Amino acid sequence: MNPDASTIAAGAPIEVDLSPVAEGQDIKVFWRGKPIYISHRTKKQIDEARAVNVASLPDPQTDEARVKSGHEQWLVVIGICTHLGCIPIAHEGSYDGFFCPCHGSQYDSSGRIRQGPAPANLPVPPYQFVSDTKIQIG
Amino acid sequence: MSGPSDYQPSNPALQWIERRLPIFGLMHSSFVAYPTPRNLNYWWTFGAILSFMLGMQILTGVILAMHYTPHADLAFKSVELIVRDVNYGWLLRNMHAVGASMFFVAVYVHMFRGLYYGSYKEPREVLWILGVIIYLLMMATGFMGYVLPWGQMSFWGATVITNLFSAIPYVGESVVTLLWGGYSVGNPTLNRFFSLHYLLPFLIAGVVVLHVWALHVAGQNNPDGVEPKTEKDTVPFTPHATIKDMFGVACFMLLYAWFIFYMPNYLGDADNYIPANPGVTPPHIVPEWYYLPFYAILRSIPNKLAGVIGMFGAIIILCFLPWLDAAKTKSSKYRPLAKQFFWIFVVVCILLGYLGAQPPEGIYVIAGRVLTVCYFAYFLIVLPLLSRIEKPRPVPNSISDAVLAKTGSRSTPMVSTAIMLALAGSLFAGSIDSAKASEGSDTPPGNKWSFSGPFGKFDRGALQRGLKVYKEVCASCHGLSYIAFRNLAEAGGPSYSVAQAAAFASEYKVKDGPNDAGDMFERAGRPADYFPSPFPNEQAARAANGGAAPPDLSLITKARSYKRGFPWFIIDFFSQYQEQGPDYVAAVLQGYEDKAPEGVTIPEGSYYNKYFPGHAIKMPKPLSDGQVTFDDGSPATVAQYAKDVTTFLMWTAEPHMEARKRLGFQVFVFLILFAGLMYFTKKKVWASSH
Repeated sequence: MNPDASTIAAGAPIEVDLSPVAEGQDIKVFWRGKPIYISHRTKKQIDEARAVNVASLPDPQTDEARVKSGHEQWLVVIGICTHLGCIPIAHEGSYDGFFCPCHGSQYDSSGRIRQGPAPANLPVPPYQFVSDTKIQIG
Repeated sequence: MSGPSDYQPSNPALQWIERRLPIFGLMHSSFVAYPTPRNLNYWWTFGAILSFMLGMQILTGVILAMHYTPHADLAFKSVELIVRDVNYGWLLRNMHAVGASMFFVAVYVHMFRGLYYGSYKEPREVLWILGVIIYLLMMATGFMGYVLPWGQMSFWGATVITNLFSAIPYVGESVVTLLWGGYSVGNPTLNRFFSLHYLLPFLIAGVVVLHVWALHVAGQNNPDGVEPKTEKDTVPFTPHATIKDMFGVACFMLLYAWFIFYMPNYLGDADNYIPANPGVTPPHIVPEWYYLPFYAILRSIPNKLAGVIGMFGAIIILCFLPWLDAAKTKSSKYRPLAKQFFWIFVVVCILLGYLGAQPPEGIYVIAGRVLTVCYFAYFLIVLPLLSRIEKPRPVPNSISDAVLAKTGSRSTPMVSTAIMLALAGSLFAGSIDSAKASEGSDTPPGNKWSFSGPFGKFDRGALQRGLKVYKEVCASCHGLSYIAFRNLAEAGGPSYSVAQAAAFASEYKVKDGPNDAGDMFERAGRPADYFPSPFPNEQAARAANGGAAPPDLSLITKARSYKRGFPWFIIDFFSQYQEQGPDYVAAVLQGYEDKAPEGVTIPEGSYYNKYFPGHAIKMPKPLSDGQVTFDDGSPATVAQYAKDVTTFLMWTAEPHMEARKRLGFQVFVFLILFAGLMYFTKKKVWASSH
């Protein structure tokens, strides 16, 4: 009952061009049927994400570990709430990040869980920068 | 099923079979000669009601499966086509969808009855556990069935429920992938749910056979909880129990028919009339009502794994009930304290159900936690403790003694009544509070619709005028893709002749092909064609309308609603109020204001609408006075347009509504007569036994 060959093939890596995404904006692309949020973070959002005492977080992780160095402005996360799988809304909630409308989980501008029933941070999908304005997810 | 039978059929052919397979003897000893306690009350008819519901679900389900397409792109449409085009498809679908709810109504009554009268106690432990297994199978079946129409709630309910398994440590994620057959809920998930939804009812039927077998070995419990001792304590199953069950089923069918014919969408969610969209989560994901208490338990525990364990534990704990409650007296009739706590427990379950439907915030979360503790305390503290400290009242010597002493004293359940009143009061107070809190958003005003109520009919003039408004105004942006031109000439619709509908169709250009040269071409519309959509696909619609795609209007009056709240949702059941959708649509069409009130900022490219959730609507004011001219001289005002087009859209959402209400009346007349006949037959049969 695991995924069949065609489903696996359809889950191959995809390339996303980042050049049209302005600062403060974000886009949602689908990979393996899951929404991936790509946020072009503002300076303020990056500073907020880095100013947090990491040890105080429910799922401790530094912002540096969640983005690629040299591309700190880009946050790439799977937009599926780690509680029960709803899609959080970007730019909502009290942490300048994501807010899940189902059970009220709130994530910060690094996609880390800050408040609510979700147990873990929004996962970062496997991805790499092919060039400065293009990433490959998968 | 209670030992070998000495029954011998008189017909030689049947005798021939009976010698080789004693099936008639089995039937005779199980359902004819079987001794049933003579003091059973009507709560005992729910076993028969449940068997009836199971048969009904399997029968309607098998026929629905003949017309259903289990594919992510086609499932939603195939369900709509069942309702619109299949002969009596609307009836089959309503019977099956409402039937699931009625099945759970009956099973909850059946379970609470078992709880009250101690039907799980020695020697009926296995019988009880088999029942819990049936209940679990029913929940799985009901959940998978709800996924099949592939609406928004189907999809997101499936996502939330399958994600429960991701809470399992270490293997959770791989278990979820295995359930999905992909990386998210999708077509493979829908296919396997369809397969399992078809399989599980037959498993249920199998376990029901075991359940009945165990019942006939141990014998039925009864309201007094004393086992039958002499023949005077019992009556034969047929005709006594048979006729009583028939009367019970007939009464239950009245409730069932009330939903099927008059309130088919009362128990459903408007969001499920929006096709599944993996990119948009509905604002409140609410499961079907029968899961709500468990959903409330899940949400009230702030840790994910603990929440899931709590939810499943709330059901599994029922298996241990025979050992948690060690009291010797079975029936709560003779247990003054257990009786009080039983009713408190019933109220706790109902309140948990209410909370499961509320948004998870503020007072609701705290109340949910308190009630979750109460739920588990009933099983883990109250019942074990009561069996040690409670002094039960004396139990009658035999069932016949109990029947003769029936006129005995009845103690008033004072404490539980007081508690129930207090809880109902606080619920009412709470709802007033929340009503005050949401005063900012306007509720759509009620309208007088020609199609409301048990005898409602569409106003033909309004349907024709509404079609004109749709064609001249709405159609430039909104599709009507489930409506074919032929529908305009069908009974219960705008009453055009077949020729008029054909002429109407021929005004449209429809894309067809490919022709022999392999090219697509345009031709004039035919009656069998569907209304063409204004945009080739959703992306084009989105791009042309500032990012918000105009929704298809075929189902809009069923896909939109607003929260009625307590106590309205109870009153609505009796008044048959079903018009939230039309009221909302009509209100939005008239709710535009040129200037947003102070303190409300409307983003660029949006417009202020009083009734639209969030007030910022992307659709510019669609209707203005004098825009459409009516041939019949009706006023050319926005109010008239809104009312007519909403009536028209109610018809497009449910073209067979008139047939539904008409058949409903006939069914009610029949059922009332049938129930009356059953009642008097039952009286006659039982006359000598009381």
